[in-house]
Amino acid sequence: MDEAQIYARLSEIFQDVFDEDHIEVTPELSAKDVDGWDSLTHIRLILTIEKAFGVKFSTSEIGKLENVGALVSLIKSRV
Amino acid sequence: MNSLETELQWLPRAPLDYSARLRAVGNLDDQQLGRTLQALAHYALDVNQLTKLAKLCTKARSEGKSFAPLTPFRLAVLSNSTIDLIVPALVASALRHGIDLEVIQPSYDQVAQEALTPDSTVNRARPDGVLFALDYRALPLKLSLGDAEASSATVEGALGYLQALRQGIKNNCNAVCIFQSFVPPVERLFGSLDRALPGTLRNLIDHINSELAGLVLAEGDVLLDVAGIAETVGSATWHDPKLWNMAKFSFSDQLIPLYADHVARTVAAIRGKSRKVLILDLDNTVWGGVIGDDGLEGINIAQGDARGEAHLAVQRLALDLRQRGIVLAVSSKNTDSIAREPFEKHPEMLLKLDHIAVFQANWNDKATNIKAIAEELSLGLDAMVFLDDNPVERGLVRKLLPQVAVPELPEEPAYYARTLAAAGYFEAVAFASEDLKRAGFYQDNAKRANLQKQVGGVDAYLASLDMTITFQPFDATGRARIVQLINKSNQYNLTTHRYTDPEVAAAENDSSVFTLQVRLADMFGDNGMISVVICRPSDPGVWEIDTWLMSCRVLGRKVEHMVLREILEHARAAGVKKLAGTYKPTDRNKLVVDHYAKLGFAKVAEEESGVTHWELLVEGADIESAPMEVVSHGFFEENSIA
Repeated sequence: MDEAQIYARLSEIFQDVFDEDHIEVTPELSAKDVDGWDSLTHIRLILTIEKAFGVKFSTSEIGKLENVGALVSLIKSRV
Repeated sequence: MNSLETELQWLPRAPLDYSARLRAVGNLDDQQLGRTLQALAHYALDVNQLTKLAKLCTKARSEGKSFAPLTPFRLAVLSNSTIDLIVPALVASALRHGIDLEVIQPSYDQVAQEALTPDSTVNRARPDGVLFALDYRALPLKLSLGDAEASSATVEGALGYLQALRQGIKNNCNAVCIFQSFVPPVERLFGSLDRALPGTLRNLIDHINSELAGLVLAEGDVLLDVAGIAETVGSATWHDPKLWNMAKFSFSDQLIPLYADHVARTVAAIRGKSRKVLILDLDNTVWGGVIGDDGLEGINIAQGDARGEAHLAVQRLALDLRQRGIVLAVSSKNTDSIAREPFEKHPEMLLKLDHIAVFQANWNDKATNIKAIAEELSLGLDAMVFLDDNPVERGLVRKLLPQVAVPELPEEPAYYARTLAAAGYFEAVAFASEDLKRAGFYQDNAKRANLQKQVGGVDAYLASLDMTITFQPFDATGRARIVQLINKSNQYNLTTHRYTDPEVAAAENDSSVFTLQVRLADMFGDNGMISVVICRPSDPGVWEIDTWLMSCRVLGRKVEHMVLREILEHARAAGVKKLAGTYKPTDRNKLVVDHYAKLGFAKVAEEESGVTHWELLVEGADIESAPMEVVSHGFFEENSIA
């Protein structure tokens, strides 16, 4: 799976989790940019991503994620 | 992982455009909103979809929109874990079961404070029910390996804590208490010995669960068997230590939809909304093969044959359900005589014609047949479950009769019975001895109807029934059935006031409230409790009839006349001058719109909503009697004060 495919899939997931059609998923995007991206929604987002890509992240990996770019690198290293 | 349970496979998959369908709800008016939301919940939804559906509900509620005809229920959830993802799932899953659920969620891990403080968030909200969503980490559990005495002290301590919580809620807001059984952790200390040895975590939790179940039954509380759910899906699937460490989730996020559905069916059962009738297709559902093509010798229901045993398992489950009071019916596309043949002649059939209350075998479409079955049984479509192996028939019934529950079935018939059971359509929170007889009542009714045709005049027919009517005030023995009738009766119900077990107990113990439980027996057998009345003193000398309901099984027997005569007798003895009655229309109780008029009450007011108010002067009221023997006992007139 290349980066473009991961971004495309992530766009769908973000729309689903945040119930918002117009989120543009860029590498720089982070929690402060999105309404409703609080700690619980973050967990719901991570759990949805884990399920969608069939991967599991460790708690320390989840803690270190700073933006979507970091998330994509992490997914890329697993799938 | 067991996908039947974890993926709610009895429900159809959500359509691809599900999000778009949710967005379309925004423009609906009040008339369609409740049913539309309910229909949107009738899919197997994941946490994100449940969250979105719940968001719609929250928005509609904040705009003051009506969710009618869904039944409102206010549930407080007390938990030692993070329930923020669970709460929206509860709201959305409740829609599936016809409940408009409002959740009261106090701050994280404030269980004891909320239960015990009279003016806590929960107690001030006066919820209908309180769910103690506790897991084993909430209990004061101390290992005492091999020490039986210390171990039972720990068990008693844990139960004492739960009972203190219960007492707090009972004293402060008197809501129905829902307790969860506890899922033991996966990690063993010794191994298999953990279950046997006193004082291990496993052994302590086993004992707590077993004693908790006994207490719940004895106190009239409700048990949500979470340990049973975890057992079914596997406790290693249930417990996820990563999620606990990271966010204090007490179980895997994958199981939230399943857990939420179990909570929702329990709440629906408290409100009497469990289903009552199982309608069976025949060919390839009750037996393998097509009777019209394969003939009596060709159909497959043999013991020792894999296919045959799968269908026998469906029959066995249907029979067991019938034994606990679920009514069985048949809807089959067949010639009637051919469809009946296996029931009459096949030696391996477990189901007999005697077990089937309504048998519809013809060439009409199944929606028409199911409507006919509902009418014949005087029950609503939302009391029906329809089991059919054919996806086309299932789709047709879902489309034309969305209130009927239609489980998806897998290809393999061996899983039919398990799928039907997993769907939880017949969830019950209590069991009254009347339930054992109920399926038979409906059949006796069919016989009575036949007799009516033979004897001609109604009065002669009524006299020939040899009826005995028994009046008693509410008591502890009858309470489970009284609560059941109050929550289940829709049609012959003047006000449709719903009361929980504690509320009925309160009426029972309040000497100013006049209560009646009514039983009726006849030549065919005992109908059990068939009517309930609650009168409360309003103005001096006036009894307001708060509740008057009757089972539709005994329609047309002049039971209501006899009930009124009984009320009048007690009213006179208590010095009451006037009875005041109210008819509150719902979409189900048109049957009783003229109830008070027929009994000689005078209409005193009519509201725009259709609510009508009626009065009857006790002095001089002369109500026609019906041919039945009257037994009245257990009343203490000196306590009644007008």
